Amino acid sequence: MKPFTYERATDVASAVKAVAGTPGAKFLAGGTNLLDLMKLEIEVPTHLVDIHRLPLSAIEATADGGLRIGGMITNSHIAADAKVRSAYPVLVQAILSGGSGQLRNKATAGGNLMQRTRCAYFYDTAKPCNKRIPGSGCAAMEGLNRNSAIFGASDQCIATHPSDMAVALVALNAKVETVGANGATRTQSVADLHRLPGNTPQIETDLAVGELITAVILPPPPVGGQVYRKARDRASYAGGLACVAVAGGNVALGAVAHKPWRADKLEAALASGASGTEAAAAELAGANAHGKNAFKIALVGRLIGAALDDANTRSKS
Amino acid sequence: MKTTITVNGQTHSLDLDTRTTLLDALRETLNLKGSKKGCDHGQCGACTVLVNGVRINSCLSLAAMHDGDAVTTIEGIGGVENLHAMQQAFLANDAFQCGYCTPGQICSAVGMLQEAADGWPSQATDDLEALIALTDPEIRERMSGNICRCSAYTQILAAIRDVAGAVA
Repeated sequence: MKPFTYERATDVASAVKAVAGTPGAKFLAGGTNLLDLMKLEIEVPTHLVDIHRLPLSAIEATADGGLRIGGMITNSHIAADAKVRSAYPVLVQAILSGGSGQLRNKATAGGNLMQRTRCAYFYDTAKPCNKRIPGSGCAAMEGLNRNSAIFGASDQCIATHPSDMAVALVALNAKVETVGANGATRTQSVADLHRLPGNTPQIETDLAVGELITAVILPPPPVGGQVYRKARDRASYAGGLACVAVAGGNVALGAVAHKPWRADKLEAALASGASGTEAAAAELAGANAHGKNAFKIALVGRLIGAALDDANTRSKS
Repeated sequence: MKTTITVNGQTHSLDLDTRTTLLDALRETLNLKGSKKGCDHGQCGACTVLVNGVRINSCLSLAAMHDGDAVTTIEGIGGVENLHAMQQAFLANDAFQCGYCTPGQICSAVGMLQEAADGWPSQATDDLEALIALTDPEIRERMSGNICRCSAYTQILAAIRDVAGAVA
């Protein structure tokens, strides 16, 4: 690890000010992704502002019948919360399919959203990567790209976003609340938080420097069944090859794009009476493979079918 | 960075390089070598300790983040003269070969049993609103963050099942 200075934040305003006003500074929440990347010197912050003890760990009912989840609550505590378990099972399943028990006990809601890709070339500092070193090239394009994106990629980057939780949040139409360097609070949909790679794959979210995630806000659950399905190389503690979150008529896909992928075309087809197979085909008409990840297109189609059937069964039970 | 940590009941006032992980503070500063450094990236679970009773990977946490925390390592779980039930079960079931992952396995299992007792669901839980029954698939899923390269999984499962059954 490169040397860095460290401070313990005492409140949101001073934490935001410290990161915004210190070149190279970063927030430190659970640290499970950031410290891993710092050991590899992929992340080299000059200063860490430890926010994990900020009082942002409550889960509260909102006036409209949804929930407000504090940005610093651990993944484990979200998944264990009785209100979340009864109303948002897709979120619980998604969280519990990510990482290990030890990691979920440390990782936070905000940190989960801010985690970085697991693309092997992002991690391999001997190889070019436009996300790690802008302009250096993309070794995944012609390389071991079995796990790369099939939607929304660019000629600069075919990395995927690794979060399971974020996929469920997109299907649930969740919003993210942030506080910026000027002290102002804003909310935006989780679907708009992450960006497609375009020509700037190193810029992964819409957040400004120093902007801090203070909460995730869930609207009331949609009518209909909810389910999260994840296909991967082993049964537990592995990243997804493809993931599907269904919440009523809403469907989002994971591990297939630079951000959680809202399946708009699929949803529109379902709403106009198409079968699950037809709806999946409508979405997958826009998919592009890059060689070794071509199998994902068929896999996603089958996973969507299975998830829709499962959600349908659950909505009737 | 000045940090006060209570480890196995003893309070230590440390002044560490900011880069020091909790694992390195335990092993190198406090000379508690029970917690193991396997991958040092949160992938193997050999460094698992309990922080305020909750299991985490001590390699993916800075010591400075634990000011005021109470840490329990395998040395605090039990020793030769006072083996914890989980340690006895690992011995009785021959739940290790080389032993390198064992401290992490035992700390993880102790933390896991508390999570189940607190009603926390897992990916293997069908009914998210029912009480947790620690079936073999539940134990396997909940222990997936601890790798055993000798592949003593069958015996590890048996050891944890024995303790879980005694508690239930």
